[in-house]
Amino acid sequence: MEPTSHSFPANARAGLADPVLQTALGLARTGFPLRRAQAIARLPEFEELREEGRAIKDHTLANLDFYLELYERNVAAAGGRVHWARTAEEACAAILEICRAAHAKIVTKGKSMVAEEIALNEHLEANGITPVETDLGEYIIQLRREPPSHIIAPAIHLMKEQVADAFREAHTELDPARPLIDPRALCDEARTVLRPRFLAADVGITGANFLVAETGSSIIVTNEGNGDLTQTLPRVHIVITGIEKIVPTLEDSATLLRLLARSATGQEFSSYTTISTGPRRPGDLDGPEEYHVVLLDNGRSALLGGEFQDMLRCLRCAACLNHCPVYTAVGGHAYGWVYPGPMGAVLTPALVGVHEAGHLPNASTFCGRCESVCPVKIPLPKMMRHWREREFAQRLSPPVYRSGLRLWAAVAQHPALYHALAGIGSRVLGWAGLYRGRFRSLPLAAGWTSVRDMPAPQGRSFQSLWAEQQRRRGRVAPRARS
Amino acid sequence: MSEQALSPSPARVALLVTCLIDLFRPSVGFAAVKLLEQAGCTVDVPRAQTCCGQPAYNSGDRADAKVIARQVIAAFSGYDYVVAPSGSCAGMVKIHYPELFADEPATLAQAQELASRTHELVSFLVDVRGMDKVAAHWPRSVTYHDACSGLRELGIKDQPRRLLASVDGLTLTELPGAEVCCGFGGTFCIKYPEISDKMVTDKAADIAATGAEAVLAGDLGCLLNIAGKLSRRGDPVEVRHVAEVLADMADEIPAIGRPAA
Repeated sequence: MEPTSHSFPANARAGLADPVLQTALGLARTGFPLRRAQAIARLPEFEELREEGRAIKDHTLANLDFYLELYERNVAAAGGRVHWARTAEEACAAILEICRAAHAKIVTKGKSMVAEEIALNEHLEANGITPVETDLGEYIIQLRREPPSHIIAPAIHLMKEQVADAFREAHTELDPARPLIDPRALCDEARTVLRPRFLAADVGITGANFLVAETGSSIIVTNEGNGDLTQTLPRVHIVITGIEKIVPTLEDSATLLRLLARSATGQEFSSYTTISTGPRRPGDLDGPEEYHVVLLDNGRSALLGGEFQDMLRCLRCAACLNHCPVYTAVGGHAYGWVYPGPMGAVLTPALVGVHEAGHLPNASTFCGRCESVCPVKIPLPKMMRHWREREFAQRLSPPVYRSGLRLWAAVAQHPALYHALAGIGSRVLGWAGLYRGRFRSLPLAAGWTSVRDMPAPQGRSFQSLWAEQQRRRGRVAPRARS
Repeated sequence: MSEQALSPSPARVALLVTCLIDLFRPSVGFAAVKLLEQAGCTVDVPRAQTCCGQPAYNSGDRADAKVIARQVIAAFSGYDYVVAPSGSCAGMVKIHYPELFADEPATLAQAQELASRTHELVSFLVDVRGMDKVAAHWPRSVTYHDACSGLRELGIKDQPRRLLASVDGLTLTELPGAEVCCGFGGTFCIKYPEISDKMVTDKAADIAATGAEAVLAGDLGCLLNIAGKLSRRGDPVEVRHVAEVLADMADEIPAIGRPAA
């Protein structure tokens, strides 16, 4: 999909003005963090587990080439095949080729943000293949032809009324007078519509939460079971995922799974955790005849060894989104691409370019809540700051802002001048605000006063009052160097 | 109880005033001085300080941030402790100066040395000086906002509550969402005013819903933002820095954004 991250301010304003979105986000803002907190309260060793998770990921990233090759060998040994894709185009081409070889007309899909990243549905449709999203949230947004707004709850921006409207419009074969009021009815309808498509699909495409090097397995977690139907019923199973999903052992994946579900939904474990190793073996009752893994780089390996490497630890749990006061104010579409919230603010500039996504790392108060809930302790604010440094160095930030900052910094480097100006400033503003104690508008401060009052200074700077007090007490304040 | 009994030993403290307190609300600086003296410290205010450099650092201007940080390192050398009535500025010195000079070993050592002596005011009083009560009287129902840097960078949560519990007449009602950002974020609030507005509107509504007469916090940036929003809404809740209440000075000074009586 074409990114619109450069329009973040306008996108954000649209989100803030959307009453449906605001109602939906209001529920997310309290629900996810509460459930996570409750799950963690039941697991005293959670903090140690975070440290362990971080260590597993760091070790893997430090030896990524080794584990990827080991993984590839073990996939092959189990009868599957790994396809390496440097770019979105190569990934789409590899998947299309597998689908064509299977003479596929209908392809079912489990939820995969990497598939969104490479715009797979558009590519398949353009080549005459019908992709059917089977995760309920993904199915809804596919009907509405819009991108996901959350990495684990793609339709979180909608209320059930919008879902009912989308179903009525799409499911024309059903009785138009049917009631579609409660969520149960919506789920049942989706299940009824999707079931024959599961059976008709020639190829099933899923993402992966983890790839296990020692066994050549892929692991997915779902709460709907749609992933299992997607990967076991069709003749061909394709896994599309990023190279950073690899972990050395099954044991490692178990540690990370314990972190993932608690961080994501507050569950101890997701309803379904499915491990796939190769195609159906002789004697197996089900499973695909072919098993392919498309491993996408798309800018990830360029992050290795640099200041953004830690981002490759990300488990895609969405805890940072759920706890972000900016994400829960503006919603995921404001970020203008696949990955929203704090993880998106770091990842999107890396994958689509800082020219396109420069706003995202700036749209943070650095409140630090994302880092504090991240199951693998990714220093998200620090990396957003690194993006700001690159933008500053490349002169991408607005000139007015840059020159204001440079002027302030120049004055701040001369204490005597600074104190003189602070003394004058506090006196002038203090005098002007004496009567009301606050300003409803101020020249050059519209960004502040458009939405809130500016409290007036008390009238004298601390340094001038302190110097005066010291003189009265007979002490001489040390002179400032300027 | 004598000051000697209260505190382990006399200490020379340099006050990191912070640029916002210097310009907007010197009374917080004087409240800090009073509390530090009560904790057995002698207080100096180095004249060569201006700002901790956070606006430059968080805007990606690392070069200017370093120049200002070096100035702070020089201005605050030789004191037993450096104390700031702000979790954000204390966090800048304590956490981010060492990161800033990670690739300059000579300055890094100085930055780490300064970081080891630097504290936020209320946590310094409680954790370092062993203060467990204050001599203050303020008969108000209050609520408390945990400013982000102090909370998440420095672990300040119980310390202000412990001292507030000793304020005569004061009752504390916990604020729902006390740990959620108020939407200040330094330059964030003027670069993205609509988002900041949404965040501070939610914060103001949560504060008003507690029914408290006053809201306290330990960082003036957040307090200016919250006070500005409450007054724009016409909400009568008083907004103050926690140090003014702990130093028993709240009755002498109008609340933030209020005119002199």
